[in-house]
Amino acid sequence: MGGFFKSSIGRKVAMALSAFFLMVFLLQHFAINLLSVFNPDVFNEVSHFMGTNPMVQFALQPVLIFGVVFHFIMGFVLEIKNKKAQGVAYVKNNGAANSSWMSRNMIWSGAAILAFIVLHFIDFWIPEINTKYIQGDWSGTLEGVEGFRYYEELTHKFVSPIRVGAYVLAFIFLALHLLHGFTSAFQSVGATAGRKKTLQSIGKAYSIIIPLGFIFIALYHHFNH
Amino acid sequence: MSDKGMNLTLRIWRQKDSNSKGQMVDYKVTEISEHMSFLEMMDVLNEQLIAQGEEPVAFDHDCREGICGMCSMYINGEAHGPDRGVTTCQLHMRMFNDGDTITIEPFRAAAFPVIKDLVVDRTSFDRIQHAGGYISVNTSGNTQDANALPISKHAADEAMDAATCIGCGACVATCKNSSAMLFVGAKVSQYALLPQGQVEAADRVKNMVAQMDLEGFGNCTNTGACEIECPKGISLENIARMNRELMKASVS
Repeated sequence: MGGFFKSSIGRKVAMALSAFFLMVFLLQHFAINLLSVFNPDVFNEVSHFMGTNPMVQFALQPVLIFGVVFHFIMGFVLEIKNKKAQGVAYVKNNGAANSSWMSRNMIWSGAAILAFIVLHFIDFWIPEINTKYIQGDWSGTLEGVEGFRYYEELTHKFVSPIRVGAYVLAFIFLALHLLHGFTSAFQSVGATAGRKKTLQSIGKAYSIIIPLGFIFIALYHHFNH
Repeated sequence: MSDKGMNLTLRIWRQKDSNSKGQMVDYKVTEISEHMSFLEMMDVLNEQLIAQGEEPVAFDHDCREGICGMCSMYINGEAHGPDRGVTTCQLHMRMFNDGDTITIEPFRAAAFPVIKDLVVDRTSFDRIQHAGGYISVNTSGNTQDANALPISKHAADEAMDAATCIGCGACVATCKNSSAMLFVGAKVSQYALLPQGQVEAADRVKNMVAQMDLEGFGNCTNTGACEIECPKGISLENIARMNRELMKASVS
């Protein structure tokens, strides 16, 4: 099995497996965020659970970080290898004749998402880690606030129109990335036989609904703070 | 039927040999019949160049009926030009218009080095075939009757579809990653689908993929460009099957 992941196909399967994991994570993240629109109290409760449950913090979180880092590093490694395999570039190349823009620009949509994740970490993850692990405050509460602080932090972050704009833009790139990536991951693990059309439809729905949902949440809080 | 009689500008990659630096050179051809194949148009150009005492443009061709896989050429940014399901010899000049400038380049990939002008070295494909693209059967005169092994119509059709690959390299040329996975996928699939191929199935896929990687072909990112440009319409499903075959071979 060790030789498998060193082969070109093994790498692409590994890329697909990390993609599946990230797509499940995204669904979960979206479901929790959506709660903030309907019920701030439930959103606070769930966020506090996710932020303090040892299973989530010490088992799922490291796996997630590994998954994200792996997907990015592998993406860049494969891009460099593929550029090398190309040799001399064509003077005239009509890529649009045979493939989608999304499929030809995964590295760029991916790079945009990476930039967003850096912003996202600075916005939420680093302050959260600082509060819990450095200052040792596991209460999830904030001075002068009734109950938990998570909802307040979320709405506070979406006041700035620049940040909201950056979030919206990032999720457009995420949609573009997913529009190719969803079906591509299934193709890589060889699971498309006889169900390609179905997968393409589900992929399209997922790639549009999830990012659009995130955009909705950001805009909702921006206009309702 | 009236004939357009086209005047064209050809922008062609000229390269003296594998060690020289190449460049695009413009040529004019006149009175090109729309019924000509693209290769016949190239013949007209070469006759003209020979008459002028210039070096003709080297390009690969053999059967000129779409089955040998020799003719290559990247025409106006597409492998085998703008038509679908054809090799360059089957591409007709009626696909172009009077006054057009046509860009003609060799198939590009690090694993397909240019030998001269539009001729590239595709022996990397041969080496992949040698690594496992065969079955070991007794051919000494007591060969088993093929019909002794019942094969479902569905499997036979799919194997035959995979076997129509002529190894032209359009998939590699058109792939933004210069990946050979459609070619190798087809060669693995045509045997994986048949009982005769089962004996060597695991070794075949492992060895052919290993050779493909060794030759320096890129990694497939499922853009699907190869399937569109393939003159024989080889399906992406063959790549998915190869992926499954390799996973199966690696865990057993």
